[in-house]
Amino acid sequence: MEANGGDSSEIVRELEALKLRKSEIEHRISTLEAKLQETTAAVEPCDAVSNGYSSPSSPAIEHGLEHGLSPDQIYRYSRQLLLPSFGVEAQSSLLKSSVLVIGAGGLGSPALLYLAACGVGRLGIIDHDVVELNNMHRQIIHTEAFIGHPKVKSAAAACRSVNSTIKIDEHVEALRTSNALEILSQYDIIVDATDNPPSRYMISDCCVLLGKPLVSGAALGMEGQLTVYNHNGGPCYRCLFPTPPPTTACQRCSDSGVLGVVPGVIGCLQALETIKLASMVGEPLSERMLLFDALSARVRVVKIRGRSAQCVVCGDNSSFKKQQFKNFDYEDFTQFPLTAGPLNLLPTESRISSKEFKEILQKKERHVLLDVRPSHHYKIVSLPDSLNIPLANLEARINELTSAVKEKEDGHVNTGSFTNPSLYVVCRRGNDSQIAVQYLRESGFDSAKDIIGGLEAWATDVNPSFPTY
Amino acid sequence: MQLTLEFGGGLELLCESVKIHKVNVDLPDGVDNLNMKHLLSWVRTNLIKERPEMFMKGDTVRPGVLVLVNDCDWELSGQLDTAIEEKDVIVFISTLHGG
Repeated sequence: MEANGGDSSEIVRELEALKLRKSEIEHRISTLEAKLQETTAAVEPCDAVSNGYSSPSSPAIEHGLEHGLSPDQIYRYSRQLLLPSFGVEAQSSLLKSSVLVIGAGGLGSPALLYLAACGVGRLGIIDHDVVELNNMHRQIIHTEAFIGHPKVKSAAAACRSVNSTIKIDEHVEALRTSNALEILSQYDIIVDATDNPPSRYMISDCCVLLGKPLVSGAALGMEGQLTVYNHNGGPCYRCLFPTPPPTTACQRCSDSGVLGVVPGVIGCLQALETIKLASMVGEPLSERMLLFDALSARVRVVKIRGRSAQCVVCGDNSSFKKQQFKNFDYEDFTQFPLTAGPLNLLPTESRISSKEFKEILQKKERHVLLDVRPSHHYKIVSLPDSLNIPLANLEARINELTSAVKEKEDGHVNTGSFTNPSLYVVCRRGNDSQIAVQYLRESGFDSAKDIIGGLEAWATDVNPSFPTY
Repeated sequence: MQLTLEFGGGLELLCESVKIHKVNVDLPDGVDNLNMKHLLSWVRTNLIKERPEMFMKGDTVRPGVLVLVNDCDWELSGQLDTAIEEKDVIVFISTLHGG
C-alpha cells in the first residue's frame, strides 16, 4: 500500500495505452471476420442463394437432405431440431428468414444475440449511436473495448462471434422517413427496439406500408411491454395509440432510469416472438399485450383491440401512402424532438456560467445554492453547501428557501450590511434550473440566477473529476 | 362495490406511488349500474393526488393510456360505457417508449 503517486500514474497510463490497443485489435478482428465472410459468401454463391446463408462446409445436397440443412447446421442447431414442436422444418424456415432489429440498445442487445444464435438467415442491425460506459449495465451485447465505437459495429462483431455462419447487415445510420422504406423492405420481420415515440410511430407506419409484421418491445424503470403489430390482420401501433401522448408522459431511460435486466427480459421475449413468426410456430402475441412488472414479479397478458377500420394508416379508407410517409414529420407529430437542444428560457442577466460560479465560490461571496433535482439524484452527487428542494416541490417548500436566504442575511447583521445574498439555482443539465429561476423571480427572489448547463457543465468546464451520470 | 384498481407504466406516480388499490366504490346518486365513466370520475376525485392532466383529458383517459377491464382492452367492451361489476379488476397503464 506504499505505492506513491508517480507509480500509480504510470500504471494508469500504461493501462490506458493497453486498452486503446486492445480496442484497436478487436476492431481489426471484427473487420477481418466480416471480410472473410464476404469472401466465403462470394466463393459459394449457389449455397448462399439456395437457403439464404453461407456455409463453409459441404453443401446439404451431397447428403440428399431435403430440408437443406448442412451437417454443421444439423449439429449446431440440434437442440432446436430435437424439439417436436419446432423441428427441422421450423429451423429451415428460420434459416431462410431475414430480420431487422432497429436499435442495438437495451432491448436490441439480447434480441440480437438470440436471433444470431438461433440461426436467423440474415440479420440486419440499424443504429446511429456509439457505445457509452453508461450503456454497459443493460446493453449486454457491447464490450468495454467498443466504448466510443458505433453500436452496430460492436453488435455485429458480437453476433458474428456467436454465429459466424449467418449473414449480418450493418446499417450505421439513423432510421429516417427518407431511408426507412428502402431498408425495411429488405427484411421479412421488423423488431422495434428503439426508445422514443417518433421512431415507434414511424416504424409502425412503415411496416403497414410494406406489409411487414412488427415485434415491438418497450421498457422503462421496472416495467416492460411487448406486443406484435400488423400481423395477420391485427392492429398497428396507431390503432392502439391514434393520438401521441403528451411529451411529459414520455420518459427516457437517461432521465428516469432503468434496471438493466428489465429491457433484457423484454428483448429476450422479442427474440422469441420473432423466432415464432419466422418459423411459423406457435401463437404470435398479436391482439394481445404482455405487461411485465419486475418489482412485483408479475407478468400479465391482456387482450387488446383488433385493427381499427378508422385507423388513419391501416384503416379501410386510409390515404396514407409511401409519398405521405416520406413527407411526414414524426418529431412534430409526437412533439418529441430527437435532437433536443438546451432550453433557453431566461435572459442572459439571469444566468451565470459554471466558471463564473467557481469564481463566486473562490471569492467566498455570500450566496445560497439551490439544487432543484429530485432527491434521489441529489443523493448520487451534489455540490457542497447546497440546499436540495426538487422542482416539483419548490412551490410547497418555498419557506425553506426563504429561511436559508434569511440565515445568510443574519450572519452579517453586526456589520450593518443588509444586502441580500445571491441565489443560484443548479440542476443536472440546466433546464429545470431555468424553470425554477423563472418561478423564483416571479415569487420575489429577484436575484435568482441559474447555472448554465447544470452539474454536467460544472464537470466539463470546472471539475473534470466531478461525477456525471 | 369492491374493485381492484391498478396503475402502471408510471401512472402510479400520480397516486402516491401505490400500484394496487383495493377500493370500495359507492354508486353515484341516481345511478343503478356503475360504468367506466363513473369510475374514472371517482378515480380522479379519490385516487389521483397530483397532475390530473397526466391521467385524464376531457372525460376520458389521456392519449397513451390503455384501460383494461378484467385483462381486456376497454375498446372491446364499450370504453366509457363498459359496465363495472363487483370484484372487477381495472388496470390503467401508460404506454412505455424506452428501451
